[in-house]
Amino acid sequence: MKTFRKLVYPYCVWLGIFVVVPMLMIMIYAFSQAGNDVTTLSFTFNNFAKFFDPVFINVFWKSIKIALITTILCILLGYPLAFIIANSNEKFRATLILLMTIPQWINMLIRTYSWIGILSEVGLLNNILSFLGLPTVSLLYTDFSVIIGMVYNFLPYMVLPIYTSLNKLDPNLINASYDLGANRVKTFQKVIFPLSIPGVMSGIIMVFLPAVSSFVIPKLLGGGQYMLIGSLIENQFITVGEWNFGSAISLIMAIIILISMYVLKKFDKDITEERGSKA
Amino acid sequence: MRELIQFRNIVKEFDGQLVLKGINLDICENEFVTLLGPSGCGKTTLLRILGGFIEQTEGEVYFDGIEISNVPPYKREINTVFQRYALFPHMNVFDNIAFGLNIKKENKDVIKQKVTKMLKLVGLEGYENRAVTQMSGGQQQRVAIARALVNEPMVLLLDEPLGALDLKLRKEMQVELKKIQKEVGITFIYVTHDQEEALTMSDKIVVLNEGEIQQIGSATDIYNEPENEFVAKFIGESNIIDGIMLDDYRVVFFDKEFECVDYGFHDNEPVDIVIRPEDIDIVDVEKGMIKGTVKSILFKGVHYEIMVETEHEDLKVHTTDVSEVGKEVGLSFFPEDIHVMSKMAAY
Amino acid sequence: MIKNKTGKFISNVYLIAMLIFMYLPIIYMCVFSFNSSRSLTRWTGFSTQWYERLFSDYTIGEAVYYTVLVALLATIFSTIIGTITAIGLSKSRYVIREIITNINDLPMMNPDIVTAIGMMLLFASLGLEKGFMTMLIAHITFCTPYVILNVMPKLRGLDPNIAEAAMDLGATPFQALIQVIVPQIAPGIMSGALIAFTMSIDDFVISYFVTGNGVKNISILVYSMSKRLNPTINALSTIMVSIVTIVLVLINVVPVINAKMKNKKISEEGNY
Repeated sequence: MKTFRKLVYPYCVWLGIFVVVPMLMIMIYAFSQAGNDVTTLSFTFNNFAKFFDPVFINVFWKSIKIALITTILCILLGYPLAFIIANSNEKFRATLILLMTIPQWINMLIRTYSWIGILSEVGLLNNILSFLGLPTVSLLYTDFSVIIGMVYNFLPYMVLPIYTSLNKLDPNLINASYDLGANRVKTFQKVIFPLSIPGVMSGIIMVFLPAVSSFVIPKLLGGGQYMLIGSLIENQFITVGEWNFGSAISLIMAIIILISMYVLKKFDKDITEERGSKA
Repeated sequence: MRELIQFRNIVKEFDGQLVLKGINLDICENEFVTLLGPSGCGKTTLLRILGGFIEQTEGEVYFDGIEISNVPPYKREINTVFQRYALFPHMNVFDNIAFGLNIKKENKDVIKQKVTKMLKLVGLEGYENRAVTQMSGGQQQRVAIARALVNEPMVLLLDEPLGALDLKLRKEMQVELKKIQKEVGITFIYVTHDQEEALTMSDKIVVLNEGEIQQIGSATDIYNEPENEFVAKFIGESNIIDGIMLDDYRVVFFDKEFECVDYGFHDNEPVDIVIRPEDIDIVDVEKGMIKGTVKSILFKGVHYEIMVETEHEDLKVHTTDVSEVGKEVGLSFFPEDIHVMSKMAAY
Repeated sequence: MIKNKTGKFISNVYLIAMLIFMYLPIIYMCVFSFNSSRSLTRWTGFSTQWYERLFSDYTIGEAVYYTVLVALLATIFSTIIGTITAIGLSKSRYVIREIITNINDLPMMNPDIVTAIGMMLLFASLGLEKGFMTMLIAHITFCTPYVILNVMPKLRGLDPNIAEAAMDLGATPFQALIQVIVPQIAPGIMSGALIAFTMSIDDFVISYFVTGNGVKNISILVYSMSKRLNPTINALSTIMVSIVTIVLVLINVVPVINAKMKNKKISEEGNY
C-alpha cells in the first residue's frame, strides 16, 4: 500500500530536527572549544582529557557503583516479590500488581521528596529508634539515602518484567519438572529461574539506566555537595556554564549506556540460544 | 496380572462443581489403559490426580498398595507426557531427556548411554543437540516421550499426547506408541477424546462422562456391547431404538419381535437397542425384516452411508452396495448384531 | 508452588513489608501535610493551613496549569503524529522501517539528561527563546516514540488486505485510514496516548533543561521548593496522590463492579 508510505515523511523530518540534530550538537560541543560558533569551529579532545581528572573519574566510578548496588538490591528485593505475586491466587494478583503500579503514577520528585521526612535527623526512623531506646543514626545525605531513594523509585521496574516472565511460564513446565523428580528447589534452579532470565535482564536495563544517569535523587537525598555523573552534567550546564565539557560527559555516558545495553541484550540472547543448541 | 493402581471413590470439586463423582478403578501392570470421554468428562483431572499435580477432594489413590495422596509428584514413580509436551525451551534435546537423570545425579556416562538408547527408541538418533523449539510437533512429541521413559517409571501417563498433530502423523504415532509400550513393558495410561485412537491402542478402555465411569472393557467389548446409550453413541456410529425385552433372547421393537442373544433382563423391561450401521444389510423388500425407503445416500470413501426411512425411525446403514434414493428396500441383521442395553443410566 | 504453611507465612510477611516500604513515605507525607507547624518530622497538631497557602499561591496554580496544558497538547500531537507514522511504517519497506524505528528508539534508550541537553543545545543554537513552546516541542518529541511503540504491534496483527478491501469497495485512502484502520488499532492508540500523557505529566529532567521565562511545571516547582523544607509541597503531593489513586481505583474497580452487576442481573432474571 504505497499511498500510506508518505505518512512517514513528517515524522522523519521531526526526528531529524529534534532527535538526530541534538545528538550531533552534543558531539560537536563535546569535540570543540568553548566560545566557538559554527563559523569558527575548532576541533579538540580537551573536554575528554579533562574528564580523566581524578575528581571526575571518581564521580564516574561512584555513579557506576551506586547504580550497580541499586540494581543488585532491586533484583534481591524484587525477584522474591515478583515470585510471590506470580504465585498468589488470581483475584489477589491483579490487586497486588495495581498496588505495585500506583506509586509509579505519582510524580517521581514527590516520591523521592517524601523520604526526606523519614530519613532526616529528627525524622520518623530516628523517632522510632529512640523510642526503642536505640542510638539514632544520621542517614540523610549519605550514600545510603541515595541508594534507598533509587531502590524505592526503580524497584517496580524490576518487579514488573520479572513478574511478566514468571506469569508467562507454562505451569506444565513446572509440573513436568516435578514429574521428572525435581523438588521445589531444583525446579526453581533448573526451570523457573533460567526461564525468567529475560525478565531479569530487562529489569536490569530498566533499573540501571535511570540509576546511573539520575540527578534528581542524589540532589534531593544526597544533598548539595553529593556528586554523581548526572548531577555533574547538570552542574556544567546550569551552574558552571561549561557546555562543551558537559557535552563530553554526556557523550561518554550515552555511549557507555548504549554499549552496556547492547551487551546485556546480546548476553541474554546468547543464553537462550546457547541453552537451546549447546554442543 | 497384578493390580498396580487403585482409585477408590475419587471425588474432585472445582469451585463447587463436581468434576469427578466417585471414581473406582483398578489398573494392572503392563496394561495400556485409555481414559476416553468428551471434553470436560474429568479424564484429564483423574490423570492429574495420579500424577500428583492436583489433589482429590475425597477418596484414595493406591500405588503398589500404598496410599500416595500425600506423596509429592517428584517422589512418584510415575512420569507424564503433557498435552503440549511441556519441553523445557531453554534446554536442547539431550538436556531435556537427561533432566530427570541429572536430578538423580546419575553418572555422566550412564546418562549419555541411557539418553542415546531412548533417542533410538523414539527414532530421533542424532538429534541430541537440536533446540527443542526448532522441532516439529511430531518430533517434540517423541522427545517428550523419551524424557518421561528414560526415568524408567512404572507408569507412563499420556495426556492427549497426539491432539496437536495432524491426522497422518497421529496414525503413525498411534502405532509407534503401542510398539513402544510393548517394548518397555510398563503401564501406559492414556487420555483421549478420540474414540478411534482408543480402540486402536488400548488393552482396556475406561469410558467417562460427566465425572462418572460409563463402562470399562476391552475395545471389542466396548464397541460390540455398549452398556448404555452414551457409550453406544460415543463409540462409533449407531442406531439406537426403543424396545421392550419380552424375556431372555426375545426383544420387541418397531412393533416386531426379534430373536437376540441378550438375557438377564426383567420380563417386559423397556430397553435401548443398538444396531451398528455396518451390521445392517440392504436386501430385497420381501426378504427384509424391516421395510423402508432410501432417503439419502452419502459417499464416504470406503462405503456409502444410506439413511433408510421406515415406518418408525430412520436407520443408518453402512454398505458397499450401490442403491438409489426413493428405492423400496428391505433391511436385515443377525440376532448377535442386536445389542440390548438397560434403560437405566450407567451400569 | 508455595504450599506449606511456613512458606506461606514468610511470603505474606515479606509482601506486607514491601508494601509498607512502598507506601510508608507517601502516607507519611500525606499525614504531615496536615501538620500545624512547618516541621516535617514533629507532629504539632492538625491544621489545613498548607492547603490554604497552596490554593492562594499563584505560582503553584500556574505550574498546575502549565503541566496539564503541556501534557494535553503533547498527548494530542504525539498521538496523531505517532499513529500516522506507525501506519506509514507498517507499509514501508524493511530498510526504511528499520532505520526509523532505530532512531525512534533513541529518545527511549538515551538517559533523559542526554536527550535534555541535546534539546537545550538545539534550542540555544536556533536562538529559540526557552519557555512554553520549547517545552511543548520537547514533550512531543519524547512522547511520540511511546505512541509508535504501542500502535505498531496492533498494526502488525491487522489483516494486511484490510485497507485494500476498503479501497476496493470505493473508499479513498483517507477514508480507508479513518474508517477501517484507525478503529481497529484504537486500543493501541489509547494506551499510547495514556502513556504519553503520564510521561509528560511526570517529566522533570527534560522540562528542567528546556524551559525558561518562568514557565514551570509541577516537577520543576517541587524541585525548586524542595531545597527548603516546605509543607505546601506535602499538600500539593497529597492532592496529586489522591487524584491518582482515585482515578486508578475507578479504572480498575468500575469494570469489575459493572461485570458483577450484570452477573447479578442475569442470575436474578434467571430466577424468574
